[in-house]
Amino acid sequence: MGQARTLFDKVWDSHVIVTREDGESLLWVDRHFVHEGSHHAFRQVEARGLPVAEPGLTFGVADHYVPTRNRPAIDNPEIAGMVERLSGNATRHGFRLFGLEDPDQGIVHVVGPEQGLTLPGLLVVCGDSHTSTHGALGAYAFGIGASEVAHVLMTQTLWQRKPKRMRIRIDGNLAPGLSAKDLALHVIRTIGADGARGHAVEYAGEAISALSMEGRLTLCNMSIEAGARCAMVAPDAVTFAYLRSRPLAPQGEVFEQACVAWQALASDPDAVFDRDIALDASAIAPLVTWGVSPEDALPIDARVPDPAAEADPARAGYLEQALAYMGLRAGMRLEDVTVDRVFIGSCTNARIEDLRAAAAILQGRKAVVPGLVSPGSSRVKVQAEREGLDRVFREAGLEWADSGCSMCVGMNGDLVAPGERCASTTNRNFRGRQGKDARTHLMSPAMVAAAAVTGRLTDLRKLAGG
Amino acid sequence: MERFIRLDARACPLGLANVDTDQLIPARFMSRPRSEGYGRFLLHDLRFGPDGQSLGFALDDARHAGTGVIAARRNFGTGSSREAAVYALWDYGIRCVIAPSFGDIFASNAVKNGLLPAQVSPEDAEAILASLEAAEVPHLVVDLETLRIEVGGRSFAFAIDAVRRLQLLNGWDDLDLTRRHAGEIAAFRTRRLAEAPWLLPG
Repeated sequence: MGQARTLFDKVWDSHVIVTREDGESLLWVDRHFVHEGSHHAFRQVEARGLPVAEPGLTFGVADHYVPTRNRPAIDNPEIAGMVERLSGNATRHGFRLFGLEDPDQGIVHVVGPEQGLTLPGLLVVCGDSHTSTHGALGAYAFGIGASEVAHVLMTQTLWQRKPKRMRIRIDGNLAPGLSAKDLALHVIRTIGADGARGHAVEYAGEAISALSMEGRLTLCNMSIEAGARCAMVAPDAVTFAYLRSRPLAPQGEVFEQACVAWQALASDPDAVFDRDIALDASAIAPLVTWGVSPEDALPIDARVPDPAAEADPARAGYLEQALAYMGLRAGMRLEDVTVDRVFIGSCTNARIEDLRAAAAILQGRKAVVPGLVSPGSSRVKVQAEREGLDRVFREAGLEWADSGCSMCVGMNGDLVAPGERCASTTNRNFRGRQGKDARTHLMSPAMVAAAAVTGRLTDLRKLAGG
Repeated sequence: MERFIRLDARACPLGLANVDTDQLIPARFMSRPRSEGYGRFLLHDLRFGPDGQSLGFALDDARHAGTGVIAARRNFGTGSSREAAVYALWDYGIRCVIAPSFGDIFASNAVKNGLLPAQVSPEDAEAILASLEAAEVPHLVVDLETLRIEVGGRSFAFAIDAVRRLQLLNGWDDLDLTRRHAGEIAAFRTRRLAEAPWLLPG
């Protein structure tokens, strides 16, 4: 054998059913998550008249369209139809559904790891680009489109060409108050929103080892915003501690066996990557986005870019359009940007650690703008309430709601109004993402909490401990 | 799936980078059945104001009526995996997008629906955009057999993965190819699930 392999190579190799002469491989899928938005795919399956090949490896999660208030009632018939259609497909095809009234419901990329469905070495797919999240556990996980969802439903396999391998090594320690979200925005602004296109990313280095599982999930989640095909972290003691006693993870003696097997899931010391990038976590300040792509991120003490200072006319045009959409003046201080509301939620930043970080800033303070807090899962909600975090949010004046994709994508009607500016823990500041003509600034949960308290983009370090 | 061999069509230059799939089709339209047609949702919020009035976006310029090609800047189709972005392009009549780079999931979705993502160098993308902007009747020819784009009297090379090229040229459907491997899939399944007890959940 002899040839050194990366972590990605090892997981890839164990899933190849057949490789064609043209280089495409047919891969086995270990876990397939579907959600309300998968309705186009189910329609394709019906058109073929085929069954779901592996209902035991298929899991439905109601998250994209579910309401976050007054459950289980759904006022909007179109939205109710979406949620009912998923239930109908689960019943018809016989797969497990984490539905609206299930105590284990939540956002698919929170629920999979939380339930122990996502495990090291597995191939995980879902018709959602943020499926990259699950790679934090050492899984090969990626988002697919409706035609591919239909293909997986009918065959439990997928054709893929092997992506290139990229290692992003981050050494040094994050400054106090900073989090995985700052790391993620730093990576994206450094390599660009298409910087990892066509690559399977492996995160390594001191700063990654030091991250909690929640932090790793955030970092892998945002990797799609750098265009990565998938992102992975080699499983270690943090991974095993996180998975121990998860409801659908192996238990007891089998779990111990699994941990031994999972320890082999690491890149060989002399494995070669197509690209190798080194970053320093200690050099990072809290980051916020100012524009309409996640790569438009800057340290909070910076100023909004000036198109007039840009030599490249295409770039200058991009900046002008972005500033016009965002309603910002060239050269203004980011800390002078006022916000109209805040949102704490999404598959990026609504796990228990994220809620704790936001609550630590809000404790004993009042928000001067309205805001919504939607936990990543119904389990996270229960745990947060046990810890009294819901009280902190409510006493600060924020609304404490149920779990779903909510205001990250606005499909359930939780929208930012046209022209409103939102400090958000989510993953995309695209035009219209949180609602038509909504203006989104991405940042960490602690930074969103700081913005809630001051009504402006704010360096959380000016509030922390104060 | 419809085959793509050679396209001779009107082309619309969009001098935009990072055209994400949320712009290609805003999320609020995605619960609609495809049978309604998704073409009117294409780039909806860049094209129409709050009362549905035209904002004068390039696509709605009379010069670009009946356009079959879009040319854009880098990272076209970035973001959400929504295949509805491709449905919106297709139903509008777009059969090819030319750009220096594409979101991976978008490019895959495009090919599965017969739409060609033609990758050109950043320099050639600028030249193609400039040529289309300057033309009275913006128009080009895309040839998937020769991997060339002819526009304004010039010829440019474009790239696409060799397998995807064949799929488009032949109109092949993945599922038909996969079902030829049914025996290998069944054998792999048996082997895989016996490897470790945790490969079957819970």
